[in-house]
Amino acid sequence: MTNAWTDIKNTDLVVIMGGNAAEAHPCGFKWVTEAKATRGAKLIVVDPRYNRSAAVADFYAPIRQGSDIAFLMGLINHCISHDKVQWDYVKPFTNATFVVREGYAYQDGLFTGYDEEKRDYVKDSWEYEIGPDGYAVVDETLQNPRCVWNLLKQHVAIYTPEMVERICGTPKDAFLKVAEMVGECSTPTKTMTSMYALGWTQHSKGAQNIRGMAMLQLILGNIGVRGGGMNALRGHSNIQGLTDLGLMSNLIPGYLNIPTQKEPDFATYMSTRAFKPLRPNQTSYWQNYRKFFVSFMKSMYGPAATAENDWAYSYLPKLDVASYDVLRVFEMMKQGKVNLYFCQGFNPLQAFPDKGKLAAGLAKLKMLVIMDPLQTETARFWEDHGTFNKVNPADIQTEVIQLPTTCFAEDEGSLVNSGRWLQWHWPGGSPPGEAKTDTWIMAQIHLRLKELYKKEGGAFPDPIVNLNWSYKDPGDPTPEELAKEMNGSVLVDVFDPADPTKKVLEAGKQLSGFGQLRDDGTTAGGCWIYSGCWTEAGNMMARRDNSDPGDAGMFLKWSFSWPANRRVLYNRASCDLDGKPWDPSRKLIEWDGTKWTGYDVPDIAPTAKPRDVGPFIMNPEGTSRLWVRKMMRDGPFPVHYEPFESPVANVIAPKIRGNPVARVFPDDWKTFADIGDPAYPYAGTSYRLTEHFHYWTKNNHVNSVLQPEQFVEISEELAKEKGIALGGWVRVWSKRGELYAKAVVTKRIKPMTVDGKTVHIVGVPIHWGFVGAARKGFTANTLTPFVGDANIETPEFKAFMVNIEPSAGPVVA
Amino acid sequence: MNMELSRRTFLKTSGAGLAGTTLGAFGFSEAEAAVAAAVKPFHLVNTTEARNTCTYCSVACGIIIYSKGDLKKGEKADIVHIEGDADHPTNRGTLCPKGSALRDIVKSQTRLTQPMLRKAGSDTFEAVSWDVALDKIARAMKDDRDANFVATNADGVTVNRWLTTGFLAASATTNETAFATYKVVRSTGILAFDNQARV
Repeated sequence: MTNAWTDIKNTDLVVIMGGNAAEAHPCGFKWVTEAKATRGAKLIVVDPRYNRSAAVADFYAPIRQGSDIAFLMGLINHCISHDKVQWDYVKPFTNATFVVREGYAYQDGLFTGYDEEKRDYVKDSWEYEIGPDGYAVVDETLQNPRCVWNLLKQHVAIYTPEMVERICGTPKDAFLKVAEMVGECSTPTKTMTSMYALGWTQHSKGAQNIRGMAMLQLILGNIGVRGGGMNALRGHSNIQGLTDLGLMSNLIPGYLNIPTQKEPDFATYMSTRAFKPLRPNQTSYWQNYRKFFVSFMKSMYGPAATAENDWAYSYLPKLDVASYDVLRVFEMMKQGKVNLYFCQGFNPLQAFPDKGKLAAGLAKLKMLVIMDPLQTETARFWEDHGTFNKVNPADIQTEVIQLPTTCFAEDEGSLVNSGRWLQWHWPGGSPPGEAKTDTWIMAQIHLRLKELYKKEGGAFPDPIVNLNWSYKDPGDPTPEELAKEMNGSVLVDVFDPADPTKKVLEAGKQLSGFGQLRDDGTTAGGCWIYSGCWTEAGNMMARRDNSDPGDAGMFLKWSFSWPANRRVLYNRASCDLDGKPWDPSRKLIEWDGTKWTGYDVPDIAPTAKPRDVGPFIMNPEGTSRLWVRKMMRDGPFPVHYEPFESPVANVIAPKIRGNPVARVFPDDWKTFADIGDPAYPYAGTSYRLTEHFHYWTKNNHVNSVLQPEQFVEISEELAKEKGIALGGWVRVWSKRGELYAKAVVTKRIKPMTVDGKTVHIVGVPIHWGFVGAARKGFTANTLTPFVGDANIETPEFKAFMVNIEPSAGPVVA
Repeated sequence: MNMELSRRTFLKTSGAGLAGTTLGAFGFSEAEAAVAAAVKPFHLVNTTEARNTCTYCSVACGIIIYSKGDLKKGEKADIVHIEGDADHPTNRGTLCPKGSALRDIVKSQTRLTQPMLRKAGSDTFEAVSWDVALDKIARAMKDDRDANFVATNADGVTVNRWLTTGFLAASATTNETAFATYKVVRSTGILAFDNQARV
């Protein structure tokens, strides 16, 4: 989230699209209710189902899953053609005025540079024109046909209300009603907030769904303001923290990158990370990249990271592909290329697509290690559960080690909420039996491995034996020690270069923030964006003062929010070019003549004069981006692409199947139903219920009583057509697998008309499996396709094709 | 605002404290005192409180865990109740149908309590000690890493990666656990490293 849960009360219009907050984030959704009750805010819900959020909405518009980009580009087209644009925001604060170089073009669903064989683009033309002064060329008059604004206008022109209806199935009048309500938020004193979740991410073009709304929010001037923003409602209690800390194939904590093999040395690695400003005076804060990186390496390797060895750069693995994401790894597993796999609090047999393929992969491992507080399907993938998991254990040679861990109630530390607040928590109970914390387990594994390397030698032991592990009890580092390490500390006294008698930083002290990080090895810091979380003043994450000056919803003294305790990202943009709030009644910060001051920590240098420095300090442009240059694989603007399995061909580009640059492994093409395949005529989608949390709460007696049994949801029209009774058994199958469930026949789903064709939707909640307290059920991922988003490989769980028929129920052995 | 103090005081005075000598000071009549004496003391009076946050979605509602026994004193603590934290700015004491049943996930019948091993081809788990489990894991890692570590690629560039072992990290663990996990995993050269944010 750019903003905070408590900030939603400040909004005028909530758009829930790509999520269902009332169902999945109920206590956060209460801030929507608050905005409705106290400000008269309105709520729009756009979703394939009339869901729980829709039930309390002021306006609901249906949409076919997988067509959001057409809808969003339609909204942008409407705003541009009806002059619903906050010009005083768009001109100075976005890259609308930037001129794109000659050679860039878009036609029939493709941008310049497409290579069909590689399913990739050569993106050289997707850049700004650079002037003789070395800066990007801009045209303040917006007359240049190649400026971003004119390219955008041209790009979205095809998405008329009629086209939106044809692609999305949203009736034209419903779309226009949404467009009208959204357009009203283009004034400086009306804001709209976007609340989205997996309904946008779990598509083969998920990242572009989100970009589509971000662009709309910029055009309306709603980024950086109270009650505005792009608010990703994250799913797990610390999914934000795990992302911040870079527990992904290609990341280093704080959104730094693991090098690729094209960057064999540190100098080459840094050569593309200069982040030189693209316009005069701009902050381009990533210019400090080297400080963040070197301090991280000092945190990882302590004295073993030196200037002479390029801060132990060779210790870092170098990537040969974009990333070893989970889809790639399970593909490798299926091919027998993975031997050993760890699942820490993770149930991949349910959480990734195409259960059949996943199970085949797990069965080829030599060893599977599970660390979990609860039983999982993954830990028991080799166990025969009849129709729910039909296997012969004797055929599976994988050794499985299952380790019992503590849960939230038994451990101490911080979690990052969706609004980037790092909140400390304390344990309340003793672990059951022999359960241990994950930190203890990781420490034990590390110490044993280190001992083996010391004793026996072996392949490149250096990064293991030199790992900085200077904890008081190496076998059990404390949360305090680890939190302080992430915050960062001074390793060597640092003196003022102008006055060598003046000590600037004192060895052994905690850093007060990331501004103190250095690139000469004198500071260490595990995660630069968390710096400030545990300073010399103590644990900032444990702060519990819930005062809220000005009723702004900021709560600056409650916990710690990254970065720098800032609650609303880009909050400089809440003021006009001269530093006056767009809406004085919703002030966040303002320029008082000498500095920035207000209810939030300014997202700009405190004394940076308003007209000198742009608000988007992380970007070399100093502005936000309506056009993303070559930073996304599938194009600088979003394009509507159909899901890989779809009831219709792509109306705007009939020859293109799915997202043209999404990665598909060769064997998986055969597992996709053809476009419009009569054997799989219904549009399936997966979702969650308020009584359950993913695959956990089926282990909880109370939740298992509340929602005991698997079901699928279909319209009355489809039920009638197929002879399916309410509460009767059905069989649902895709080209990859099948499940049996009870039918919920509902008015919440209606058939849609898409490009002249009737499309029925089959809804598949995901919460059941073959272990736990609830009745046994089928894992919903039996049905879903093995393909991910083109940029970040999040699987396409939200749009796939199925068939359905009445049945006698599963045969339970 | 200091709700913590007021709530605690309220519990004490309205529960066990009522049966004691302070009754007169509250102006209770004899009949009311008799009733109060017969009422079972409020069941959370003799518990310790811990501030925590809900383990499910990332609204991160504040919760209070009530336990018999005090971990801070080195005692065993048994969780008897979990409720919303009224002081918390986001949820202000409210919880959803999942958060309201948190105690039952802590106490789930399917909690794991000891290390287990499933041998190749077996149809069952058997209990093992922590030492046996951890030694086995470290040995397997060492052997696999030594056999499959890629020090240089085909072009002779140093790449120091290990691709035959992978690690999925948990997004309900703390930042501190995540950082310790990051260090251990990354130091081995593993690139097949991911967490729930991917899905």
